[in-house]
Amino acid sequence: MNRFPLWKYILIGITLVVAFLYTLPNFFGEVPAVQVSPVRTTEKVDTALLGKVESLLKASSVPYSGVELAGNSIKTRFASTDVQIKAKDVLQNGLGERYTVALNLVSASPDWLSSISALPMYLGLDLRGGVHFLLEVDMQAALEKAAIRYQNDFRTELRSDKIRYGRITREGNAVTVHFATRDQRDAAINKLGTVFTELALTPEDLAEGFTLTARLKPETETKVQEFALQQNITTLRNRVNELGVAEPVIQQQGASRVVVQLPGVQDTAKAKDILGRTATLEIRMVDELADPQALAQGQAPFGAEIVPSRDGGLIAVKKDVVLTGDSITDASPGFDNTSGQAAVHISLDGKGARIFKDVTRENVNKRMAILLIEKGRAEAITAPVIREEIGGGRVQITGMETAQEASDVALLLRAGALAAPMQIVEERTVGPSMGAENIAKGFQSNIWGFFAVVAFMVIYYRMFGLVSSVALAINGFFLVALLSMMQATLTLPGMAAIALTLGMAIDANVLINERIREELRNGATPQAAIHAGYDRAWGTILDSNLTTLIAGVALFWLGSGPVRGFAVVLCLGILTSMFSAVTVSRAMVNLSYGRQARLAKVSI
Amino acid sequence: MLEFFPFKRTIPFMSWGKATTAISLLTFLFSVWALWDRGLNLGVDFTGGTVIEVSYSQAADLQGVRSTLEKTGLSEISVQNFGTSRDVLIRLPNQGQANAAETSNRVMAALTAADATVELKRVDFVGPQVGKELYDSGALALLVVAFGIMAYLAIRFEWRFAVAGMLANMHDIVIILGVFAFFEWEFTLTVLAGVLAVLGYSVNESVVVFDRIRENIRKLRGATIPHIIDDAITRTMSRTIITHGSTQIMVLSMLFFGGEALHNFALALTIGIMFGIYSSVLVASPLLLMFGVKREHFIKPVEKKEEAVV
Repeated sequence: MNRFPLWKYILIGITLVVAFLYTLPNFFGEVPAVQVSPVRTTEKVDTALLGKVESLLKASSVPYSGVELAGNSIKTRFASTDVQIKAKDVLQNGLGERYTVALNLVSASPDWLSSISALPMYLGLDLRGGVHFLLEVDMQAALEKAAIRYQNDFRTELRSDKIRYGRITREGNAVTVHFATRDQRDAAINKLGTVFTELALTPEDLAEGFTLTARLKPETETKVQEFALQQNITTLRNRVNELGVAEPVIQQQGASRVVVQLPGVQDTAKAKDILGRTATLEIRMVDELADPQALAQGQAPFGAEIVPSRDGGLIAVKKDVVLTGDSITDASPGFDNTSGQAAVHISLDGKGARIFKDVTRENVNKRMAILLIEKGRAEAITAPVIREEIGGGRVQITGMETAQEASDVALLLRAGALAAPMQIVEERTVGPSMGAENIAKGFQSNIWGFFAVVAFMVIYYRMFGLVSSVALAINGFFLVALLSMMQATLTLPGMAAIALTLGMAIDANVLINERIREELRNGATPQAAIHAGYDRAWGTILDSNLTTLIAGVALFWLGSGPVRGFAVVLCLGILTSMFSAVTVSRAMVNLSYGRQARLAKVSI
Repeated sequence: MLEFFPFKRTIPFMSWGKATTAISLLTFLFSVWALWDRGLNLGVDFTGGTVIEVSYSQAADLQGVRSTLEKTGLSEISVQNFGTSRDVLIRLPNQGQANAAETSNRVMAALTAADATVELKRVDFVGPQVGKELYDSGALALLVVAFGIMAYLAIRFEWRFAVAGMLANMHDIVIILGVFAFFEWEFTLTVLAGVLAVLGYSVNESVVVFDRIRENIRKLRGATIPHIIDDAITRTMSRTIITHGSTQIMVLSMLFFGGEALHNFALALTIGIMFGIYSSVLVASPLLLMFGVKREHFIKPVEKKEEAVV
């Protein structure tokens, strides 16, 4: 009665082998590495860059033990941290500012393990050190910014139709236009209602005149907020790339928040400064008369200055600013209707459109440069030639080589500046020594607790105690394997949860063993007692685990950060313990006792 | 065979009902008083504010740290040792809305200027809004877990079991919170996670006893309900002590080796495990008796089942 069919043993064997394989990478530790990734997120990493990295290292005779293309970055492994730091300098100098070169640690497990995506557990910031920021986007400011744009747009539209109006005022995100007569207002309702379908217009008759108040429709409001959040995330991503962080996490959380995690960053003051910085965008005219030779020597013509352009050259631009990025309401990649060339479509607000129209009319066949200014350093993203007067606030920039480049430029135009101010509402910083300390403490808690439980089980239940202990160890294996496979974040509370689930997992074996003893006491034969023990305990085990699972799921659902890490491990631990404590331990018992036809005594 | 509890006969737990109820009531009232009078010492997770942990190469001069920080114009600063004499924990409340996130930069700049060997170990800054949200979602999690478990027990057993089990476990939770309030131990997010895990875990205990009660109701046809409950408790006693013992071993290991970060978490679990044993045996079962659990609540559907099997 205590025998498993062969397929069950095979199944258990396979799970054990798989669990072993996926646990393995955790034992190899990590080696120092240097990670190269493009500063602009849209730029792709290819084998050409890989070759360049290798040739740079070879040229400076820096020994490396492996180069690989992983995701959108190139990771190079080194034997020691000294070599790693030397390599970082070599690569940073050789590759220039378009690439972020960051120190990193990568798993030292052999390639065949990595190729079956067996990776070590993903450690949370409290275990490896780093900074966690939660930033809140000021949505009210985003809406007000939109309202200010409409204020300008209204002026342009009403003027172009020669509709007379009084003042245009703004209160929060409501824009009110004042009129002297009802007819003027009706004309305005007609005009503005057709141009701005995204606005809700409410007329009001006051003693001193007639007004028209415009508010964003709720769906437009949501759109404006989503756009602001997306733009801020893109901007943050670009800025974080400059920090040279190996594996940053930038994620939306809820409707108005962004999580930024920077593993390994210690200088939080600098990180805060860079995240909170405002980048600006400017459109200026190119000084066509500049002498290329004088340019190369850094001599700018009068009234102009020299800025580097994206393709690596230098360009002289006039000091007068035509437009700033504030005038850009949207930028999207696309194609030119007539030539089919890659293009970027930009929408300008009312005021911007007017200025742009005037400037382009006066400067046909001249070049106009679009500059991104960050940390007081300007860079020309593109400098296209003006073909004709451009009115209506819709601008198309061509001259980009590929669709990829067009989408890069569109992204940069959008991502240059923050759409709305952001505030840090939560910060958690853990120093590197603290991270290592936490790992050691979490590990020690687990190991000492485990051995104490094993010692007790073996003394108390002898053979069955040994079986339970092996099952418990296997449970630990399964848990680590699952965490590695899922790449769930392991935090210090998560390590506490491992200890806790190990302590609780033994409950199932205690239930079984006590049942077997009881059956034996009641006079059952050893084989029948084992059988009944496992069978009857199962219902209770299921019940008791389910209640803890309820707590775990609720914690996962409502918890944040470290608590979530705890909940994940708790839930996974319950699932693995049900399998290991019942099925795996049964298999061991069946293998050792189940084969003996006349079993007179069991060691329990 | 090594046995801790070789009980040959049933222990009359139910006849001690009055005494155990009195003990429960007293500890419960004490906890409620402690919560009322002292309140929970909520950590920065819930109140908002900044906590900075720094480490010096020699024993830290707390008074010096305090006066250095007071010169920066920050107020209501609490400075204390944390774990060892070299580690210092600095707490600051949120001071106005503006630049709350900059507080830690100012503190570190001042400390580094005074003593360059100072090393930053940890910064937790929680804005007022986030603190309130964490508090709300924590309270919600507690309710969800309580009702989830109650619903589960009601489906699996019967409403009387569900209510008895839940009351017994809420009593544990109140006691954990009461002890934390009385000793003014800091209550953080991690401690809350521990409390919720304990809630799920100590319901296990009630489930095991209830399972036995149900089985006994079917098996011991002649026995009275108090005797059935006594028998169920006696027979699961050994398992109760051993399982809780093993979990407690793990928790003690965390208490001794887990450092400051896991200290209060392990404390909450320890209290929870101790009272979990007590309450599921000596609170849940008398409550069950009080709610008037009867043989008829279980016996009928079972008979049908047995016929089907035969």
